[in-house]
Amino acid sequence: MSNAQDFILAVEGLTVSFDGFKAVDDLSFYVDPQEIRVIIGPNGAGKTTVLDLICGKTRATEGSIKFRGRELTRMSEHAIVHAGVGRKFQNPSVFEDLTVFENLEISYPRGRSVFGALLFRRDKAVLDAVHETAATVFLSDHLDQPAGLLSHGQKQWLEIGMLLIQDPELLMLDEPVAGMSVAERRQTAELLRTITRQRSVIVIEHDMQFVEDIAHRVTVMHQGRMLAEGSLEHVKNDPRVVEVYLGHRESREEAAHA
Amino acid sequence: MTALRNLFSGREVLYFLLLAVLLVVVLPLALDAFRLNLTGKYLTFAFVALGLVLCWGYGGVLSLGQGVFFGLGGYCMAMFLKLEASDMASTARQTTPGIPDFMDWNQVTELPWFWEPFHSLTFTLLAVLVVPAVFAFVIGFAMFKRRVGGVYFAIITQAIATILTILIIGQQGYTGGANGMTDLRTLLGWDIRTDDAKQILYFLCVFLLLLCLVLAHLILRSKFGRILVAMRDREDRVRFSGYDVSGFKIFVFCLAGVFSAIGGAMFTLQVGFMSPSFVGIVPSIEMVIFCAVGGRLSLLGAVYGALIVNLAKTSFSESFPELWLYAMGALFIAVVLAFPNGLAGLYSRYLEPLLDRGWANVRSRAVAVPPAQEKTS
Repeated sequence: MSNAQDFILAVEGLTVSFDGFKAVDDLSFYVDPQEIRVIIGPNGAGKTTVLDLICGKTRATEGSIKFRGRELTRMSEHAIVHAGVGRKFQNPSVFEDLTVFENLEISYPRGRSVFGALLFRRDKAVLDAVHETAATVFLSDHLDQPAGLLSHGQKQWLEIGMLLIQDPELLMLDEPVAGMSVAERRQTAELLRTITRQRSVIVIEHDMQFVEDIAHRVTVMHQGRMLAEGSLEHVKNDPRVVEVYLGHRESREEAAHA
Repeated sequence: MTALRNLFSGREVLYFLLLAVLLVVVLPLALDAFRLNLTGKYLTFAFVALGLVLCWGYGGVLSLGQGVFFGLGGYCMAMFLKLEASDMASTARQTTPGIPDFMDWNQVTELPWFWEPFHSLTFTLLAVLVVPAVFAFVIGFAMFKRRVGGVYFAIITQAIATILTILIIGQQGYTGGANGMTDLRTLLGWDIRTDDAKQILYFLCVFLLLLCLVLAHLILRSKFGRILVAMRDREDRVRFSGYDVSGFKIFVFCLAGVFSAIGGAMFTLQVGFMSPSFVGIVPSIEMVIFCAVGGRLSLLGAVYGALIVNLAKTSFSESFPELWLYAMGALFIAVVLAFPNGLAGLYSRYLEPLLDRGWANVRSRAVAVPPAQEKTS
């Protein structure tokens, strides 16, 4: 246990139990600044719950989560966002009744109090940030469209854009390429590579090709615990990982191809 | 000028002016004093409906207890008027002169402490705004911080409306009980029962309503309005975009409460009494129906909804009093099922395209006219 200040995120002894069922059990891991960490594991391993715990959606039963030395487990969700943690949900979660522009504008980190929102001005800084972000996530031509009319992939991008405009230091993405076409996947991988240069990222993903493309380090979870951690090459060759996840997956994929 | 144009589109200004002309010019000219006073009474409910558009239509927070705030505003006003009507001269025959008549009937021998400040009109006017705001804040804080929402919130507001009604009826000596506060006469010596006074109060009511409309419009136009829509859509996403959702809900609930209270105070002034029959569940649900019929996403719709439903209520219940509640229920179901955006929704879906086409025709003809001729006309 070295100094927690060196890491951007230090998760130690994290446990959450729902009516006695431990969805996450004594989990510890550390994320370095500018690191891209991918969490993999079979369904029900507790991956999404870990992100829920970090962003405050679920409260930890035990353990600590330190973000740049600040304890997150007792902070409210919006305070965690203000501290610099951004979260993308598994299902694209955008405001369907608002336009793409308005979605991004709401995410712009200014005027977040009640009176701040009442007095908010759409000035040049806001316009610039919105247009720049829209260009990054390939949505420049859709700014005036209601977000509800976007395709599934575009909604995913919009949500990523909404996080980008917040400029978080730690970005958490839950299955960012799920449900995307092959072309969209390639574009998203490219997008993630550009946006992750300045920040730390935790990604949950099943697509191994995608994981290989972006991961610096991989954490494998199984039944709420950490099974293995290290480079993708390293965990791929871990017999336990093959047993519970990869082997299982490959045989399933083979079955699907057959 | 451009700043103003950003805040109000041409069409919004047009519709607003149409309503203003209707309320300020057409109705006062067309209606006799009695009917105009009745219209003024209907308009006091438009304040409540307006608050519900913000709170329910945009914020997704359905309160079935807006009568509470209408009542609080109305009672604050009534307490001032009642004290003024209970001067020594007119209450000389009571056991304890100088206190409201219902207190005397209920063996109360001293003016209760919370009645004292209502001798002052300034205090009363402040109380009309502050009391409901504080009450709404307490309810909102207790509910929204704990993330109580949706149906549960609606049920709790109903319970609060019932509790307040029971309290008012039970504490007859302090509140006037089921009869309410009646026999209100003057405001700083100005007799509010004359036709002239009623007409002036009608215009005051219209003025305040238009003011509230503009305020509500500005709020919806700000980022606050878009956050309300976003919250109704995906509360979690708003939270994880760095907003304290409960603060926004509390604010909009308080605002709706204050609007209702202004309506309540104007009701007391124009009708001359206030009673628990405007506080409980039934009136509160009626207020939601005004908003739903007008269109819960339309500020102007709320005004028309309040006017039309109340007009229907008056004419219908004159001829078939026992059927009105059924008609009201049927109306609510019909609105929810058949036209969820109310009259405003029907208008923008069917009538507005027709008008647009007509207008485009007129315009193209006008363009065909040489510009020189246009200048002379």
